[in-house]
Amino acid sequence: MIRTGTDKAVYEGFRDPERISGLAAQIRREAVGEYLFMEVCGGHTHAIRGNGLDKLLPPCITLLSGPGCPVCVTSLSYIDHAVSLLALPDVVTATYGDLLRVPGSRSTLEKEKAAGGDIEVVYSVNEAVELALEKPDKRVVFLAIGFETTAPGSAAGLTEAVRRGAGNFYLLSAHKIMPPAMKAVVEGGTRVTGFICPGHVSTITGSGIYEFMPRDYGVGCVISGFEPADILLSVLMLVRQVNREEPRVEIQYGRAVKPEGNPKALALMKRVFRESDEWWRGFGVIPGSGLQPGGEFEKYDARLVFPAFADDRDEKGACICGSILRGMKSPADCPLFGSVCTPASPAGACMVSAEGACNVNYKFSNHA
Amino acid sequence: MCLSIPAKIESIEGEYAMVSFGGNRYRAGLQLLDDVGVGDYILLHAGFAIQKLDRKEAEETLRLIDEMRNSPGTENIY
Ligand code: SF4
Repeated sequence: MIRTGTDKAVYEGFRDPERISGLAAQIRREAVGEYLFMEVCGGHTHAIRGNGLDKLLPPCITLLSGPGCPVCVTSLSYIDHAVSLLALPDVVTATYGDLLRVPGSRSTLEKEKAAGGDIEVVYSVNEAVELALEKPDKRVVFLAIGFETTAPGSAAGLTEAVRRGAGNFYLLSAHKIMPPAMKAVVEGGTRVTGFICPGHVSTITGSGIYEFMPRDYGVGCVISGFEPADILLSVLMLVRQVNREEPRVEIQYGRAVKPEGNPKALALMKRVFRESDEWWRGFGVIPGSGLQPGGEFEKYDARLVFPAFADDRDEKGACICGSILRGMKSPADCPLFGSVCTPASPAGACMVSAEGACNVNYKFSNHA
Repeated sequence: MCLSIPAKIESIEGEYAMVSFGGNRYRAGLQLLDDVGVGDYILLHAGFAIQKLDRKEAEETLRLIDEMRNSPGTENIY
């Protein structure tokens, strides 16, 4: 039965209990082997645990969280760099709220803000651009994190700032792109048999960026939406790919993802950013996985304008966030989980973000 | 962080649109998207409309779900 009527009904169709239980039953019927699927995106981890979808699946299907939580993979040295900017009297930083509580090696932005650090929390880069226009005597540094979903916005913000004559606007970019990290996951030895690919990244990139995965590694990819029926349908599609030994790239999230992605956003990203080697928590440096302002925009690259000498370091101590991001361990394996490390007092980045595997597991387990 | 919200375009002024979602209104940047109009549903991400939501495709996916959840085994076409 197709529900027609208002658009709202269409989107609510993906939460229909009958569809959810019907899909789960079909998955149980068809899952005859062992399946290890990684949901790359933290938003999927959140939707899976929040809706109890993992409990609907048969035990032969394991879902793993991946590296697709931008806050989680941000390096200590990036936070340290941002903190060091606060010592400069003419610098104002602006960032997304998610980043505030990520531990650096000595402090967090939240602690620095409480101590009087000049940090504005914004929902959009546009607010940071306005700030630069309002305060021509300051230098405004936008702490730009996020994957292909978010990077075009930063590109739009920077071009807008330049167009409106705000030469005092800079990006400290930790923007990253997904495919090199997915490659690092399979090359790192995690035996993934299918990827639930990030739906919102793919609205920008399209489906072509995943083609190397079935071609070079024999691992199938389904680009998934975020509602319960979306995710279960994606799992069923992956089960069928594995059963038929026909790995390929499929789009489940057709209402938002076109094969070619969003050409306008892609063109803007390409104009403003150049690819760089970037450090990821759990992986180290992944070649060609980062985006920094390039060409005519290089002079707004805060890494060059405000150099820092902090080098990249991994988490210290018992935090196993890095192994979790590579799909090698789960939060329950961490000795600090739920005792020393909680959302109120996070010891590692995976506990900070609402999309981090540790945070999600804490929230939807008996602790909360 | 990668959260994107479906929102409906109420009006358009230059490179910005007033969009609504769940009783909220927001002035969203249209710099990343061509060919949008009043009444369209878009995905709102960090202040920008990043993609149009296609109602026909949504219905098509629901149809596929209903077909697949009633299918007898792996041989069903999809
Ligand atoms: S529970 Fe905390 S300390 Fe342990 S891996 Fe997760 S973020 Fe790191």
